[in-house]
Amino acid sequence: MIIDGTTTMVEVEKGVRVIPGGNTIIAAVDKLVNWGRLSSIWPMTFGLACCAIEMMATGASHYDLDRFGVVFRGSPRQSDAIIVAGTLTKKMAPVIRAVYDQMPEPRYVIAMGSCACTGGIYNTYATVQGVDTVMPVDVYIPGCPPRPEALLEGIMKLQEKIRKESFKWSMWR
Amino acid sequence: MEPIEIAELIKGKFASEVKDIVEFQGQVAVLIKKDKLLDIMTFLHKTPELHFDYLADLCGVDYLGKKEVRFEVVYNLLSIKYNKMIRIKAEVPEDDCAIDSVIGIWVGADWHERECYDMYGITFKGHPDLRRILMPEDWDGYPLRKDYPLKSDLGDKEWKAFKEVIEIGKKNLAYEVR
Repeated sequence: MIIDGTTTMVEVEKGVRVIPGGNTIIAAVDKLVNWGRLSSIWPMTFGLACCAIEMMATGASHYDLDRFGVVFRGSPRQSDAIIVAGTLTKKMAPVIRAVYDQMPEPRYVIAMGSCACTGGIYNTYATVQGVDTVMPVDVYIPGCPPRPEALLEGIMKLQEKIRKESFKWSMWR
Repeated sequence: MEPIEIAELIKGKFASEVKDIVEFQGQVAVLIKKDKLLDIMTFLHKTPELHFDYLADLCGVDYLGKKEVRFEVVYNLLSIKYNKMIRIKAEVPEDDCAIDSVIGIWVGADWHERECYDMYGITFKGHPDLRRILMPEDWDGYPLRKDYPLKSDLGDKEWKAFKEVIEIGKKNLAYEVR
């Protein structure tokens, strides 16, 4: 087949077509927006306990979160997601809620580890029984603490979730 | 001087104050009344042959239903010079839940006493800054008391700010982009 660089459209993926010479991509907005979002999830780090060490290990060179476009961002105002890594105490609950409220939408929450998911072994006076009592959670990662592979799997699950979203870019959504 | 001899020395000097001497696994504990606590502690600190210059730990115990006097404050002392340890336990009854602060003798007692106050509600008289150290300042109750709820659901005793956060979470859920 001879491709005319200025008029022939080439389907590079299902639903995504390009005109090579025309510098043009034709696809559903959903698809482009979701692709952009899932390819650069910048998570706010919220390391609370030992899970934070695994999270740091995941971000470091051996497991290398960068290859998913995941770069840790220290400020909630420029973050897309928040990784709650560790035991959430009641004293910390108002703080994490304040951080979450500062994040721009769309925002995602990853609960990392048993404690963040359910409170884990700590059913005590001081512990919140899962971060979902305070804010909505998208991905739960079990483990005590989860291995870096598990966190990677959780981030890929979040990417799958974002890939399936529709109409979330509209102001009338 | 061996720890048991030190205990006998305390008993010889403060006979009316010492209630019991217990030795277990080579560790000697002296159970005392709280009234002359500062005198006994000063004696242990200042006497050259004893020289307990280091307060290794200070903690509280709740003996609800186990002993007649409900609370005890436990002082673990170490003499660095002679490498000897002794444990002093002072009884604190529930209706008079206060004891003298040893902060004048060992400055390191500061945060230990605050923690003890935070967890058991035992007041330390003479402490310069007796606030809660771990729990939020407006927390209701003393968590390590035996009659405190064991699990996470505190019911009516729940911390006010935490209840508010849960309410905010429920209310804002309607505005989430889902």
